Amino acid sequence: MKDEITSRDDRVANLKGMGCSRKRVEDARFTQGKGNYVDDIKLDGMLFGDFVRSPYAHARIKSVNSEAALKVPGVLAVLTAEDLAPLGLHWMPTLAGDKQMVLADGKVLFQGQEVAFVVAEDRYAAADGIEAVEVEYEELPVIVDPFKSLESDVVLREDTVDENGKATDGAHGPRKHPNHIFTWEVGEKDATEQVIDEADVVATETMYYHRTHPCPLETCGSVASMDKVNGKLTLWGTFQAPHAIRTIVSLISGLEEHNIRVISPDIGGGFGNKVGAYPGYVCSVVASIVTGRPVKWIEDRMDNLMTTAFARDYWMTGKISATKEGKITGLHCNVTADHGGFDACADPTKFPAGFMNICTGSYDIPTAYLAVDGVYTNKAPGGVSYRCSFRVTEAVYFIERMIEVLAIELNMDAAELRRINFIKKDQFPYQSALGWEYDSGDYHTAWDKALKTVDYDGLRAEQAERVEAFKRGETRKIMGIGLSFFTEIVGAGPVKNCDILGLGMFDSCEIRIHPTGSAIARLGTISQGQGHATTFAQILASEIGLPADSITVEEGDTDTAPYGLGTYGSRSTPVAGAATAMAGRKIRAKAQMIAAYLLEVHDDDVEFDVDRFVVKGAPERFKTMKEIAFAAYNQAIPGIEPGLEAVSYYDPPNMTYPFGAYICVMDIDVDTGVTDIRRFYALDDCGTRINPMIIEGQVHGGLTEALAVALGQEIAYDDQGNVKTGTLMDFFLPTAWEVPNYETDHTVTPSPHHPIGAKGVGESPHVGGVPCFSNAVQDAFRPFGLRHTNMPHDHWRIWKTANSLGMHD
Amino acid sequence: MIPAAFEYYRPKDLSGVISILEEHGDDARVIAGGHSLIPMMKLRMADVPHLIDLQDIPGMSEITVTADAITIGAMTTQHDIIDHDGLATAAPILREAALQIADPQVRYMGTVGGNVANGDPGNDMPGLMQCLNATFTLVGPDGERTVPAREFYEAAYMTAREDEEILTAVTIPTPKGGYAYEKQKRKIGDYATAAAAVQIIKDGDTCTAASIAMTNLSDTPIWSEDAAAALVGTSLDSVALKAAVDAMLVDIDPSEDNRGPVAFKRHVAGVILTRAIERAWSRA
Ligand SMILES: Cc1cc2nc3c(=O)[nH]c(=O)nc-3n(C[C@H](O)[C@H](O)[C@H](O)COP(=O)(O)OP(=O)(O)OC[C@H]3O[C@@H](n4cnc5c(N)ncnc54)[C@H](O)[C@@H]3O)c2cc1C
Repeated sequence: MKDEITSRDDRVANLKGMGCSRKRVEDARFTQGKGNYVDDIKLDGMLFGDFVRSPYAHARIKSVNSEAALKVPGVLAVLTAEDLAPLGLHWMPTLAGDKQMVLADGKVLFQGQEVAFVVAEDRYAAADGIEAVEVEYEELPVIVDPFKSLESDVVLREDTVDENGKATDGAHGPRKHPNHIFTWEVGEKDATEQVIDEADVVATETMYYHRTHPCPLETCGSVASMDKVNGKLTLWGTFQAPHAIRTIVSLISGLEEHNIRVISPDIGGGFGNKVGAYPGYVCSVVASIVTGRPVKWIEDRMDNLMTTAFARDYWMTGKISATKEGKITGLHCNVTADHGGFDACADPTKFPAGFMNICTGSYDIPTAYLAVDGVYTNKAPGGVSYRCSFRVTEAVYFIERMIEVLAIELNMDAAELRRINFIKKDQFPYQSALGWEYDSGDYHTAWDKALKTVDYDGLRAEQAERVEAFKRGETRKIMGIGLSFFTEIVGAGPVKNCDILGLGMFDSCEIRIHPTGSAIARLGTISQGQGHATTFAQILASEIGLPADSITVEEGDTDTAPYGLGTYGSRSTPVAGAATAMAGRKIRAKAQMIAAYLLEVHDDDVEFDVDRFVVKGAPERFKTMKEIAFAAYNQAIPGIEPGLEAVSYYDPPNMTYPFGAYICVMDIDVDTGVTDIRRFYALDDCGTRINPMIIEGQVHGGLTEALAVALGQEIAYDDQGNVKTGTLMDFFLPTAWEVPNYETDHTVTPSPHHPIGAKGVGESPHVGGVPCFSNAVQDAFRPFGLRHTNMPHDHWRIWKTANSLGMHD
Repeated sequence: MIPAAFEYYRPKDLSGVISILEEHGDDARVIAGGHSLIPMMKLRMADVPHLIDLQDIPGMSEITVTADAITIGAMTTQHDIIDHDGLATAAPILREAALQIADPQVRYMGTVGGNVANGDPGNDMPGLMQCLNATFTLVGPDGERTVPAREFYEAAYMTAREDEEILTAVTIPTPKGGYAYEKQKRKIGDYATAAAAVQIIKDGDTCTAASIAMTNLSDTPIWSEDAAAALVGTSLDSVALKAAVDAMLVDIDPSEDNRGPVAFKRHVAGVILTRAIERAWSRA
């Protein structure tokens, strides 16, 4: 075959490998409405199932009467807990080691809880059937406050007490109270308290990180099809971890794993909401087994907001101590975590509060202690990581607020306080007081670049002038400069300490090179908008020297993809991306032997060069990867098996630690509470950059979700446990109109332990963005005496802050 | 979010509509753009066994502008209002207000008639129409009658329209002077936290006439005669502005919701009204 591209640069460009802003291959179908989502799946004879949901947050169920419902034309069946109990499916395990009702077993614990599953010919008949099911409830006292829950005589979960009413042990140790789930402690309590007692300066603050929701554009759903002839179950669904779902389905249903095929088709956003298992999945499977027909279940928006996995709901109290000069000496953090009616977070088993212990942030804090208490209340279950790994957003918000509060206490500039406490470049790998080994970082360089780009000193001078003008009555607008410097922890994770329900958190890639020099790669992950088909092909292109355009990436079908733990917590590039590179290297190793044979030299005498192997010192003698692929299949080579395939399972040696510096400049109208983001600068260091355009897209999306959470997005309950924000009228999803122009920037500090040095970027902008937006609001009020106020900073809460500071007098 | 089953009708003339309304009484409702009614049906908060579509009724989407009066057919969409240049010259407040309703998708569907007939305190057009002293034309089994916008709204979703009447048109005396529609909302697509419609006539330095209406601050729109009166005869100094705001605050009665508590809404109502008056004055 003739090699027409001659210059080396051309050959590199032709690959569209790492570093190239290659256009997303997914977008052709998404922009033309040709995606294939769960609700697009239509099978012959398919039925539709939907739930009767509880209007009450806490009630005993006295009876469920389906008689009238079964008379509704088109309704075939109504499943209740009683029907599931003989199969042992009325409860199911959660990913957090707890269990959860599939259908209300005698009582309900939150508004919207699944009570009965109506199976009908179509969704209209199902909706009418739901109306006709008569449920008799006896209301019980409602607890929506986790602190009150720990003092209440009301036992929410009967399975948390023994016959004497004493609290039994939970999945993570003893309970302090029947409504208590776990206590998780990290670090040195006594030493930390001593450091704080003896410190020059101590800042204390309590903050509430409100409950919110990932709200993916596509809601959750599934289609189950049980083939009674061959005994095989096919389950399509909105699964961020299809293999884990297969294993769970096998464990709880008793079907053998080879008889279950789980398929995640296109997924319209996940953000953590689609990691866990939902009653709808189980019920669609049972209904398909019962009826012998495929059954679809799709949530509507209200179902999704009210019942599927929420995020946050963390009450955090911190103490941070420092010397007079501002050198931090200790950090103490106490969290009360509201998990709702069931503990359904998706954290690795050994980390019941996720990676909250990254809460020492980017700072060299010698002594620290963290304690988290998980509590049951009458709210929906969840506690997932919304665009962050396992509580990292909470941790980063906590430390970035504590830094600001400490700066107030020290009467010091918050940018300077950060600078003097950053972990220094030469301290990496850095052992944190709460147990992590940060792989690499160069915080000072990033920070200085950020401050210089926005002219930080100029902004502070302008802010000072504005404060004076406000005091003189010349303006009603104040100005805030939001700072945030975050260190992320992603890529879960090393199997020795990371598993979910006992499943090790490795990931995988399997590659087959076709004889004509194109390839298919399959991974254990699943894209929900991250562009895996684009970026993973780029990694491979650089590793194996075939153009990215000639490589198909396929994910999400457990019958074809190698086992993996899925996509969430920015783990795909750190874990599956590493597996991809490693599998690529296996391909290359075999290709090297083939090339040497074809070139009639020793293996060690050829070397890889972009898209070919060349004879060392004689670059005109080469074999391209395309030629090698052809030979691998079609030429008898002594001592080498035909074919060119490889598989790699990658168990990461460590997590990766992306970081970044964000700055937000905001104007606030103190009379209306309206905020106006004038500027947002985001510097991200995610290590090696695979596709800069996709990185930028991820940053824009993550920042927008951060803006939403900081400025108004919440799941609010009244004291009777009614959800007040169950539709998009009240649940804030920003549109292009509310979103500012983002300026993105970067530094590159590769991960030393990752095969290509990449660290992951999907969640960084959210993790760093939330404190940045919040700090901008709080910073605007700092000159007027504010220390801390809780998010979300919507209009009325900002107005209230101004009002309480006397700014309307 | 699936509505209960309903019969769908698409009559070709008004008498066809009226006869279905007469036959089914409370069980029948007309649908215009559907962007208020359909969400209520999907939430099963509105039960409409007989749904009568007005799309095929001729002559209900016209806009006529004369020197004295503007007539807008009930089926005119909010987008049509924004798009109509004659209207923009004759009554620019209509375009300014319509641009602050919902988002383009909703405005392509939502109609003026639906907006004013709905009786939702959150709708922007009722207050606007009160400010402009519009009259609504209603056609029913007994023929046609008109009702002033200022007398149309009785309580949330309760209006002077009888069940078997159709609102066919809105007529506005061509407005004079400066105008402003000022609205605070949480995001695009949101109903008002507080909104104010203001028309002001200025003679030299003096305000000779004014009209003020507030939206989403009571269970009906609030046309505040006293607030307007506080401006007339003044040159809109800070004392007059404050008097107008104080008068308006007596008339409104907001309730707490996710947009905020009552104290906040009252404060914002004052700020929004002040801004609207200042802007209208600057254009007068
Ligand atoms: C996301 C979203 C945001 C919105 N934001 C705003 C906003 O900010 N401000 C705002 O003002 N509105 C807003 N709306 C409402 C929108 O403007 C509606 O379209 C409008 O209120 C109703 O007009 P319609 O033609 O859709 O009426 P429909 O929904 O068809 O009808 C509404 C009611 O009026 C009755 N009706 C309709 N036409 C007639 C008639 N000719 N005679 C008698 N009765 C009639 C119907 O029977 C029904 O009871 C929003 C809607 C949505 C979906």
